[in-house]
Amino acid sequence: MLLSDASQSHGLFRRLHIDTPLLLGLMVLAGFGLVVLYSASGQDMGQIWRQVIRLGIAFTAMLVLAQLHPDTLQRWAHWIFGIGLAMLVAVLVLGVVGKGAQRWLDLGIIRFQPSELMKIAVPMMVAWYLADKTLPPRLRDLAVALLVILVPALMIAKQPDLGTAVLIVGTGFFVLLFAGLRWRWLVSAGVLAIPVGWALWTFAMHDYQRRRVLTFLNPESDPLGAGYHIIQSKIAIGSGGLYGKGWLNGTQSHLEFLPERHTDFIFSVFSEEFGFMGLLFLLAAYLFVLLRGLYIASQAQDSFTRLLAGGLTMSFFIYLVVNIGMVSGLLPVVGVPLPLLSYGGSSMVTMLAGFGILMSIHTHRKLLKS
Amino acid sequence: MARRRYMLKDPIRERHLFQRRAILVAVLCTLALAILALRMGYLQLVYHQHYTTLSTQNRVSLQPVPPTRGLIYDRNGVVLAQNISTFSLELTLERIPDLEATLADLGALITITEDDLERFEHERRRTRRFNPVPLRFRLSEEEVALVAVNQHRLPGVEIASTLTRHYPMGELTAHTVGYVGRISEHDLRSIDTSNYAATRHIGKTGVERSHEALLHGRVGREEVETNARGRVLRVLSRNDPEPGQDLHLNIDVALQQVAHDALDGRRGALVAIEPQSGEVLALVSTPSYNPNLFVNGIPLTTFRELSDSYDQPLFNRALRGQYPPGSTTKPMLGLGGLEMNEITSMDSVVCRGWYSLPNDDHRYRDWRREGHGTIGVSRAIVESCDVFFYDLAYKLGIDKIHEYMQQFGFGQRTGLDIGGEAAGLLPSREWKRRVKREPWYPGETLITGIGQGFNLATPLQLANATATLANRGAHMRPQVVQRSINPANGEEQLSSPQLKHQIPIHEPLNWWRIDRAMVTSVHEPNGTAYGISRGLQYKMAGKTGTSQVFGLAQDEEYVEEEVAKRLRDHALFVAYAPSDDPQIAVALIVENGGGGGRTAAPVARKVIDYHLLKGQEGKDAAQ
Repeated sequence: MLLSDASQSHGLFRRLHIDTPLLLGLMVLAGFGLVVLYSASGQDMGQIWRQVIRLGIAFTAMLVLAQLHPDTLQRWAHWIFGIGLAMLVAVLVLGVVGKGAQRWLDLGIIRFQPSELMKIAVPMMVAWYLADKTLPPRLRDLAVALLVILVPALMIAKQPDLGTAVLIVGTGFFVLLFAGLRWRWLVSAGVLAIPVGWALWTFAMHDYQRRRVLTFLNPESDPLGAGYHIIQSKIAIGSGGLYGKGWLNGTQSHLEFLPERHTDFIFSVFSEEFGFMGLLFLLAAYLFVLLRGLYIASQAQDSFTRLLAGGLTMSFFIYLVVNIGMVSGLLPVVGVPLPLLSYGGSSMVTMLAGFGILMSIHTHRKLLKS
Repeated sequence: MARRRYMLKDPIRERHLFQRRAILVAVLCTLALAILALRMGYLQLVYHQHYTTLSTQNRVSLQPVPPTRGLIYDRNGVVLAQNISTFSLELTLERIPDLEATLADLGALITITEDDLERFEHERRRTRRFNPVPLRFRLSEEEVALVAVNQHRLPGVEIASTLTRHYPMGELTAHTVGYVGRISEHDLRSIDTSNYAATRHIGKTGVERSHEALLHGRVGREEVETNARGRVLRVLSRNDPEPGQDLHLNIDVALQQVAHDALDGRRGALVAIEPQSGEVLALVSTPSYNPNLFVNGIPLTTFRELSDSYDQPLFNRALRGQYPPGSTTKPMLGLGGLEMNEITSMDSVVCRGWYSLPNDDHRYRDWRREGHGTIGVSRAIVESCDVFFYDLAYKLGIDKIHEYMQQFGFGQRTGLDIGGEAAGLLPSREWKRRVKREPWYPGETLITGIGQGFNLATPLQLANATATLANRGAHMRPQVVQRSINPANGEEQLSSPQLKHQIPIHEPLNWWRIDRAMVTSVHEPNGTAYGISRGLQYKMAGKTGTSQVFGLAQDEEYVEEEVAKRLRDHALFVAYAPSDDPQIAVALIVENGGGGGRTAAPVARKVIDYHLLKGQEGKDAAQ
């Protein structure tokens, strides 16, 4: 079975520390992405080329990270996290100075988004911290781990970048779940979440964030304003039907009714043009990548790599669910791209870097003969 | 501490713990994706029809297509109103990189006035960037060529051809055909807005207004695909508009021209009617104006000039001008006296130049100071004796006068198929009590007898009354429109002659006597219209009229040099011919023209000559 045949990879791929099934799944998804993007961009070859270049960079990053031994990552984990945290502080300070939303750090040559780094650094730090603890974690370890997750997440939410913050909290949560988080604590946390959620709603959330949640609950209340995105997206998906309107024939996207059609709402374009059948195929491809990631995690040989691999895989999952849930009206509109399909750079590089780490974990196992 | 904890780690157990959790998460992932798939199925399969409808509503919109307005012809097929292609200059803002520069370039090529720019700025704000905004209308061919040659360096500038209403006869038909103008707020209240969704003009006066429903037609619909910003991408289907009906009028525009020329710019009006049918052959009010000015909005200064003019060119005298009919009503009153047996043709009165009521020493004067001597009804009409009619009026009394004259249509609208006519005034005891809150005085009966006093009639009423006289009492409804033709299928709808009222004929000889008297009035030296008899090739029955003007007619500004002229009498004339088989009845007025015989009668002669003899001239030429 393809999910579990990593050890039989071809010689060259094996030497390059590439996991063939994972690469295959990712390539298929990226291919889908280019096909839909061509339609969503109004057949703009310029955008296709820019996306191809980004994919090239991202796959290169994946390849580079696949060469890095997991032990090296484990040694650097707290440093990477520390640097990321320092940069987040810098961004916040600049944001205060610049009076407005601030996500970028201008490093002169490139503009860097520290929150992207944290998407990997947070699960890595939690894995590093729990690696030498007895599992399931004790309450004190759990508290430290929660601090590692929530401090950067809150700083990112403050930027404000709710999507990334949700993603980091979600990833961290899954790492804890993999580590064996006790169910009774989970239930108590769930009960506790209600007053905390209320407090967040009242004190921490920005007006526009609250509006988004409210619009999510009733998109028709504001059909030309905030609800417009969701309504048009649902129309695009629903009118696609079983077989779709056909490639390049989506009226919702081509006649520009659908906003953000080549970035956050590219899934709606896909559903409109390829219908339910196309969608099942796409979801199957995503599921394949997810299960392969979980398989790699389960085959990992120590706590650190196991938790890291599981966490990274689940960050991919969260992206997926939040995005599709959003465009189909199940979840509020938080600006989260659809992995490998949405047009855009930095998050894709981070995503594939994460898969590079997965490959590294899988291909650097010491295969001991018993 | 750390060392001890590490010692307590159990790798096998932790590995199993992880694997259990991993399987759980894998199931969770699969479940989550399954829920998403279900959600998609819900949208795409269960609610597919609903969302397909919404998607179609998004992109497909109905756009109205204007119908072509019907044409208007005269009775001989001469075009009076048509739709011509005019060229306008339109700018599409989306494609213009620098509007200032483009406007400057265009200004160097063709004339663009401040008015044009102002209107352009106004329209621009209400138009989407990808829709064209007109800058100039009615480009000349030269201007079209100039723009066309330079079009390559003027992106977003286009010459558009649109259909515009045009009246080739200009001022000649302004008061008959009328004109169309931009639809106003006021118009919107009275029309079916969906039928006018694509129409920009609507009939404002004349036939254009009265027959708007026929001329306009029915709007068509075009199903178009638009994008989110409303830009039309393509036409999906089309439901063609129904064009408006073409109208053929009874008006003979050549006759109209003769009348117009004969009036020669003086303030006046002429109406010619075919007695048997009530067809209106000519309807002229002078001075007139160019109706084409109004089609695309008249510049304010030009409008002011027209509306403030002393001569009131915008005023339709033929329908709305109300004048004392003067002596022109004497034949009808004389007829009334005979028919109601109040007098006989043998009865006579002695005219000494004035008349007095019994027990009253006020003298009502005759126009001839020395009087007409012993005079009967026929000669009283021929010579227009006032004293005879004072006496007749006294004998009849106001009630009988009112009753008989009413049958000729005085004091009521004729029912012309163009709206806007005035009703005139035929006084009665009841009217005076109601309006003036005063009793009727006998002296008022006398001046009513010579068509003065409260009496008011429009030229149209006079013409129709004359036609009734010529038609032996058959009072027809006057009609301007002869028939309408549907250009799509050639279907024709005729307006047949409509008899409004037949005046009972007591004694046919009485009618003949009045007819004789009117003929004599034109053909014999003692007749008041003898001046036009020279070379007359047919028998014309006519009656002159001179009505006194008391003070200024309307509330005009007081200009000294004008006053003397404006206080002069109005000249009137009514006639029909040939007297034995009347083909045409005419009534006309020249305001402040002086004597009816001298000023008005020659105009009628020219008009009737043309109408009766033009065919003969043709025949003469052929022989």
